[in-house]
Amino acid sequence: MYDFAYHKPATIADAVKILSADPDARAIAGGQTLLPALKHRLNRPPAVVDLSGIAELRGVKRDGNKLTIGALTRHVDVANSPEVQAAIPALAKMAGSIGDIQVRNRGTMGGSVANNDPAADYPAAVLGLNATVVTDKRRIAADDFFQGMFTTALEPGELLVAVEFPIPEKAGYAKMRNPASRYVMAGVFVAKTAGGVRVVVNGAGPGVFRQSEMEKALTANWSADAVAGVKQSAEGLNGDIHGSAEYRAHLVTVMAKRAVAEAG
Amino acid sequence: MNVVTPFEGIGASVRRKEDLRFLSGRGQYTDDISRPGQAHAYLLRSPHAHARILSVDTAAAKAMPGVVAVFTSADMAGLGGIPCGWQIHNKDGSPMAEPVHPVLATGKVRHVGDPVAVVVAESRAQAKDAAEAILVEYEVLPAAVDMEAALAPGAPALHDTAPGNLCYDWQIGDKAITDAAFAGAHKVVKFETTNNRLVPNAMEPRAAIGDYDTTSGDYTLYTTSQNPHVIRLLMGAFVLQIPEAKLRVVAPDVGGGFGSKIYHYAEEAIVTWAAGKLHRPVKWTCERTESFMSDAHGRDHVTRCQLALDAQGKFLGLRVQTHANMGAYLSTFAPCVPTYLYATLLSGVYAIPTIHAEVKAVFTSTVPVDAYRGAGRPEATYLLERLVDVAAAETGIDKVELRRRNFIPTDAFPYQTPVALQYDSGNYFATLDQALETSGWTGFEARRAEAAAQGKLRGIGISTYLEACGIAPSAVVGSLGARAGLYEVGTIRVHPTGSVTVLTGSHSHGQGHETTFAQLVADRLGVPIAQVDVVHGDTAKVPFGMGTYGSRSLAVGGSAMFKAMDKIIAKGKKIAAHLMEASVEDIEFDRGTFRVAGTDRSKALAEISLAAYVPHNFPHDELEPGLDETAFYDPKNFTYPGGCHIAEVEIDSETGRVTVVQFTAVDDIGRVINPMIVEGQVQGGVAQGIGQALLEHAVYDSAGQLLSGSMMDYTMPRADDLPPVGVATHATLCTHNPLGVKGCGEVGAIGSPPAVMNAVVDALRDYGVRHIEMPATPAKIWNIINAGRRPMAAE
Ligand SMILES: Cc1cc2nc3c(=O)[nH]c(=O)nc-3n(C[C@H](O)[C@H](O)[C@H](O)COP(=O)(O)OP(=O)(O)OC[C@H]3O[C@@H](n4cnc5c(N)ncnc54)[C@H](O)[C@@H]3O)c2cc1C
Repeated sequence: MYDFAYHKPATIADAVKILSADPDARAIAGGQTLLPALKHRLNRPPAVVDLSGIAELRGVKRDGNKLTIGALTRHVDVANSPEVQAAIPALAKMAGSIGDIQVRNRGTMGGSVANNDPAADYPAAVLGLNATVVTDKRRIAADDFFQGMFTTALEPGELLVAVEFPIPEKAGYAKMRNPASRYVMAGVFVAKTAGGVRVVVNGAGPGVFRQSEMEKALTANWSADAVAGVKQSAEGLNGDIHGSAEYRAHLVTVMAKRAVAEAG
Repeated sequence: MNVVTPFEGIGASVRRKEDLRFLSGRGQYTDDISRPGQAHAYLLRSPHAHARILSVDTAAAKAMPGVVAVFTSADMAGLGGIPCGWQIHNKDGSPMAEPVHPVLATGKVRHVGDPVAVVVAESRAQAKDAAEAILVEYEVLPAAVDMEAALAPGAPALHDTAPGNLCYDWQIGDKAITDAAFAGAHKVVKFETTNNRLVPNAMEPRAAIGDYDTTSGDYTLYTTSQNPHVIRLLMGAFVLQIPEAKLRVVAPDVGGGFGSKIYHYAEEAIVTWAAGKLHRPVKWTCERTESFMSDAHGRDHVTRCQLALDAQGKFLGLRVQTHANMGAYLSTFAPCVPTYLYATLLSGVYAIPTIHAEVKAVFTSTVPVDAYRGAGRPEATYLLERLVDVAAAETGIDKVELRRRNFIPTDAFPYQTPVALQYDSGNYFATLDQALETSGWTGFEARRAEAAAQGKLRGIGISTYLEACGIAPSAVVGSLGARAGLYEVGTIRVHPTGSVTVLTGSHSHGQGHETTFAQLVADRLGVPIAQVDVVHGDTAKVPFGMGTYGSRSLAVGGSAMFKAMDKIIAKGKKIAAHLMEASVEDIEFDRGTFRVAGTDRSKALAEISLAAYVPHNFPHDELEPGLDETAFYDPKNFTYPGGCHIAEVEIDSETGRVTVVQFTAVDDIGRVINPMIVEGQVQGGVAQGIGQALLEHAVYDSAGQLLSGSMMDYTMPRADDLPPVGVATHATLCTHNPLGVKGCGEVGAIGSPPAVMNAVVDALRDYGVRHIEMPATPAKIWNIINAGRRPMAAE
């Protein structure tokens, strides 16, 4: 780790002020992604802005047909939240499946979504549920937010404040974990929402993406059998020592079936 | 009065004495130690697998804040290389190639992670910052990563003194007799396999602190070692030329070793040397990522073999050709692993009349490879137990029946194999029967059908294994090329009021010696284990020792204690005879009490020890005061634990994921001292075996970069990868050590991988699979399933 200046603002406005003043300054939430990167000296921010003092970033709120989760809400809090469990059980379950207990006790919704690791879980739910990402400046539709590997619509200095999830009719999520890292190797999030059916793939490609053929199949017939015959193309998917692009493509279909079964 | 409850002696599952400090975070590991005024070392390591070092410019680094010194190999002229402890001879009698292994890379780097320079600074962070400022100019050379490629004509040469990258070309057994056996065979089964390369990954990374006393000129090295005396010998005599009397090596609490902490590593020499140079303690602690590229790796064999059978399925002969990866340099015991710890085990539990094995050891641009839990014996067992399953499939003989037909008969011990070893005892039928019974072997088909109804492929696999441990008779290993003896040392120090300190040359790094050894003393001398303290890991305290590996601590180290207790009892009897005015021949000793036979006159051990240390009434003409005895025990033979492991797996046919759902181990480890500790040792070994079979693989790319260089890509077994492991023992006693013990540290890792892989192949029997290489990852299994009924692998 290199030396850096440390700030711990108490308000969103103060955090944004520091982050905007220096485009290389980095926010730190749970630190489960940023800290390992700092320790490995892969990152050299001049300043780190600790968000943990900003109370308004924390918490789960249900408002009619909408669930708002603050950026600083930890995975463990989402997993254990009665509101989330009642409104979007698939999201609570997903949160409870991220990493291990230590990671869930530290890692946050905002950190995961802002980071947009292609092998992360939350981005699939955010895109699959057609959520809205709320920042200190604006509201960004999920379809516009994720822009490929580790890239999002967030601008330098922009702070992710919360994610608003419309409550779906049903949703389900299934993933195959990478045997070593236990991150997602191929996962599928399915949801039947007021705005239609959404099928989102994570882990398998360089970023989360919607699987339109599966969306069509499920729109016509919401059942595991409907997606069983839909093949994912291996083109553009990841291949590594843990599995080829073809294997991941195959897993997409398997996980889609399981996600639909899970959603009921 | 000393009272030993029956719950403390041999056979009692006493809770581990050491766990209070481990579980409450009060262990003292090397990194927990800080010496006054200590500086911190950081090693700059090669990013290239093979390159010429054109220049190293340390000027900028030396000017960085907090930097005390920067050293390269040029500063270490005059130091010896890291020595190798075993010399193998080629088929033609010439010695193996033994290239110099410099402390810091000299002229060339030969693997990613090869240390090039060391920075010593006031803090670790400063040392690391400065290392980034060192400018090394490399001329990158083509790497020789894969063994076959390294042996191919024209391959990049790693060492001038190892032509063709060959370390040795060795053989054992009789070729002519074996050829004749094959000529008369009814059937020959051919088999080829790779034993996957592993990264040991002990929980505690390596660490070392060098300390130098400027007034006395004494050096102290604190290090994460399984054998501090061996490190003192190797480093003192060969690398730094420090006489033993001036060098103390301390291996305090050590958090797991699995073999990887046997060896003398460059970092130990660097911190010790630097402490002497700088007159300051110097500390180095390995980072996890660094340990992937600097701790010795394990396994990594490629083998072709053939088994000759007669019409009844009796084994007639075995031929084996193995290529074994040494990595870039010879680690301390590397050359003996694929020879005397591997090829000598190729008879397994079977009566095979003749065996011929050839082993080529190969230098490659990879991290050195050495012994890792089991060391050679898992490779032999895996080969043999997969081969027997393949033979069963090809002869149509049931796999259990084929094993039974070829077992060494129970009345054939001592049994001489065609590959040098003489087994003293065993009953392979008994462990087999017990394992079949416990695992519900005969009811398996119903479980298979039940799983199939749920879309799962279920398979069962067996491994009947044997290993040789308790290493080893010094004269024998000396004749085979060992540059050390393999005895062990034990001191029993009975204090004036009867409590006992045990000094042992064995080293505990998770095995629970402080408890097991105390139980030995409790059982024999009648001293409660709370009053028995076991001291190990410090050359200043323990007379000498060869350390812990090869499941030798109890069989060899425990036997040394037993011999020392013999001396205590013999001396005690003389003192008792004197005190009770009886003849020595009439004194009987039993668990702490010296009694005049046939009378009620007796003396407790504490009374005897008090008389020995306060010798007012003492046979001074005959004895010296005190009650403190040391024994050096040199084993007469290896010990031969063996047994049967049975694994049951289920495969998710859609994802290829293999789950071990049941595991049964029945091991013959001789007499059991603490069943709970044995169970833990076996379960830990099985966890590593399942890791090798299903999960772990050190993968290099063709440029020599370690692709599985961190926990993100190297799959360590986790708790939820493991089934409940049923552990049982069935003892036949070792006939040549006084305790009748055989050793339990490695059996789990040796017996389990073929049991798991046989189960995986069995689960996929409808897919025409003959063999699957370890690890059986989901992607690999899915490929097989996806390919449908594939033709049998071509020979
Ligand atoms: C061992 C391990 C296993 C893991 N396994 C999984 C897994 O299975 N699935 C999974 O999805 N994840 C996994 N993770 C990652 C984990 O979920 C992280 O918590 C998450 O990726 C980042 O959240 P964080 O709060 O820790 O963010 P941090 O590490 O603090 O920050 C991550 C990045 O986001 C930025 N950031 C943080 N908060 C904000 C904000 N409010 N606005 C703008 N930018 C912000 C930071 O500047 C930084 O660039 C794992 C992590 C570890 C260490």
